[in-house]
Amino acid sequence: MSAFSLCVVRKTIRASCVQLANTGLSVIRGVNLSCQQSTRVCSSRAHHSKVPQVPTWEPVSEDQLPTPAQVSGDLVDKLERLALVDFRTKQGLACLEKAVRFADQLHVVDTSGVEPMDSVLEDSVLHLRNDTVMEGDCAEELLRLSKNTVEEYFVAPPGNIPLPQAEERTKMLKHSEF
Amino acid sequence: MAASTVAASELIKSMNKQMSTLYPIASCVIRRISTTSARRHSQSPLTAQSDSQQLVGVVGLEIHAQINSNTKLFSGSPVRFSAPPNSLVSFFDASLPGTLPVLNRRCVEAAVMTGLALNCTINQKSLFDRKHYFYADLPAGYQITQQRRPVAVDGTLTYSLLGGKQRNQVVKKNVHIKQIQLEQDSGKSLHDDARSHTLIDLNRAGVGLMELVMEPDMSCGEEAAAAVRELQLILQALGTCQGNMSEGQMRVDANVSVRKPGEPLGVRTEVKNINSVRYLARAIDYEIQRQIDVLQRGGKVQNETRAFDSKSGETIPMRDKEGLQDYRFMPEPNLPPLIVYEDNASLPAGTDACQAVVVQEIRDRLPELPGVKRDRLVQTHGILPEHSFTLVNEDGLVEYFEAVLKATRKEPRKVIGWVTKELLGRLRERDMSVGQSPVAPLALAELLELQETGRISSSVAKQVFQEMWRSPGKTAPQIIQEQDLGLVSDMAQLHDICQKVVDAHPDEVDAVRNGNKKVLNKLMGLVQRETKGRADPVVVREILQEKTS
Repeated sequence: MSAFSLCVVRKTIRASCVQLANTGLSVIRGVNLSCQQSTRVCSSRAHHSKVPQVPTWEPVSEDQLPTPAQVSGDLVDKLERLALVDFRTKQGLACLEKAVRFADQLHVVDTSGVEPMDSVLEDSVLHLRNDTVMEGDCAEELLRLSKNTVEEYFVAPPGNIPLPQAEERTKMLKHSEF
Repeated sequence: MAASTVAASELIKSMNKQMSTLYPIASCVIRRISTTSARRHSQSPLTAQSDSQQLVGVVGLEIHAQINSNTKLFSGSPVRFSAPPNSLVSFFDASLPGTLPVLNRRCVEAAVMTGLALNCTINQKSLFDRKHYFYADLPAGYQITQQRRPVAVDGTLTYSLLGGKQRNQVVKKNVHIKQIQLEQDSGKSLHDDARSHTLIDLNRAGVGLMELVMEPDMSCGEEAAAAVRELQLILQALGTCQGNMSEGQMRVDANVSVRKPGEPLGVRTEVKNINSVRYLARAIDYEIQRQIDVLQRGGKVQNETRAFDSKSGETIPMRDKEGLQDYRFMPEPNLPPLIVYEDNASLPAGTDACQAVVVQEIRDRLPELPGVKRDRLVQTHGILPEHSFTLVNEDGLVEYFEAVLKATRKEPRKVIGWVTKELLGRLRERDMSVGQSPVAPLALAELLELQETGRISSSVAKQVFQEMWRSPGKTAPQIIQEQDLGLVSDMAQLHDICQKVVDAHPDEVDAVRNGNKKVLNKLMGLVQRETKGRADPVVVREILQEKTS
């Protein structure tokens, strides 16, 4: 496993973050992107100096990392339920454990005294919209996207479809284990 | 486990549906807070003896108030009740990939205004979070809310309820408001059990909500109902929420537990599915009593969600342990923090004025709140506090009362009885609103004026009022003339009647002559019976005194 140094300085992230054009209506991202790109040219130039010209990394040795986490059966159960994704195969579990191991390197980063940020947009101004009707009235268009409709309603199965119980699932997925 | 959770949540959704069909646009349901059951309980608070110490109820509330705005919280689609299904849905509301939220300024201002009216601290910076759960009427799989840092915190709601032996004293109480957060509403699910599928209407998906969290400072259903009613009046006065519970514009969940006073809080249950203030009181009182019974039988209260069944008046368990729910809160990556500014001076240079929410400007726009209105009514008209309470509680009644006052010389203290007893009593008997009253304010004023000037007695006035109610459009003078209800002003006739009464009751006359003046009242009553209440009591008394002296 090749390891990267994850010593990212908060300021660098901020500086490199693009001031996303949070404009107008709830637009399709494709449309939004094109206008972001037009603003990015000038804004990125202003911040350019703060972005490292060349990526750098240093390997983190295994002994710097905490002991590898074991993913228990119960936790797999919970994750499957929350994600609505089945991954209870050897391959799936290995993939999860590898991902957790990769993230373990974050423990090496000294973050003392650094306030965690939860968005690269936290310094940008939140755009506020006037309370004027601009959208809606496109039921036909939306309903066309649905496989199943009744009159002007979308049709869903009754309630959520529960995942099969753990044993059942193991049986179902047996063939995929190796 | 998962299956039972699903079945239970389905149950509440279908119950919701049932409730809304059972109680369509029944605004009348909200109007009366004090129901007979609430009254009975509050006379003897819900307590029980246990180990010589009493168990008392503890009630906290979570209220979802739909923001009264033209458009949704994060999209420009319209907000309207009972529109054709899915006609008020934008691509964002349907969660099409690539759509982004754009915050509605009106919703922020409504939340700030509500916060100010409830004496909250407005957070200069608040944050948006995603709360995840899977349900077909939540197409994104998460709700945008304010979990970590809501827009307003730490406020107080002052509400009043009637207390004292005769339940005529206004008792003021406070409940602490923990926070007010902005969040999205979900869509609606209609369950078609026959064909075993669910119909989804996303018209409500994305409508702005204010979630108000009230600390467990209340102790019974009546207190909770009074607090919710006061909040409803405040929101309506502010215009930030229409507050109609039967249309789901205000939805209340109650957290109920019991404990011995001074001890830590007991295990709580959450009661959902309450769609009127009256049911709120009943549901809470039922739940407190149920928990007391469980504990007294030596059982344990389970931490669970229960639904209120308005037909049986009971609460029933809804879904298994909430513990399994993991909402996986995370910061909303598409929305930077929401910043509001205290005043124009604190606006950063170059800020677009129509982009800024300025707290001071909103504070300046605050209207007269119900509490202030009550105080004003008491001070300007000299009416009793409990009457101001009744007036403000009833939509349109303050205006009616003041319109009557303008058109009559009768004292406000006398008019108030007519408005709160005769008028309101009849309206309530028939579940009518003030606007539907068959007797207009001016017609009532005309009647009161006739009484005030001595044309009719007070008992006749009530009779006339009854007749006016029964035949709308007929004026008081018309009825008085038709039924010959005017005061007997012919003195000779009055003297005759009095003489007859005196002659027929020699024993009573003797008693009066021997100094027992109270017996005179009996004679007066007999005269009034003869005249069918049409004699002026002052005149009758004078004549009788003369004849018995």
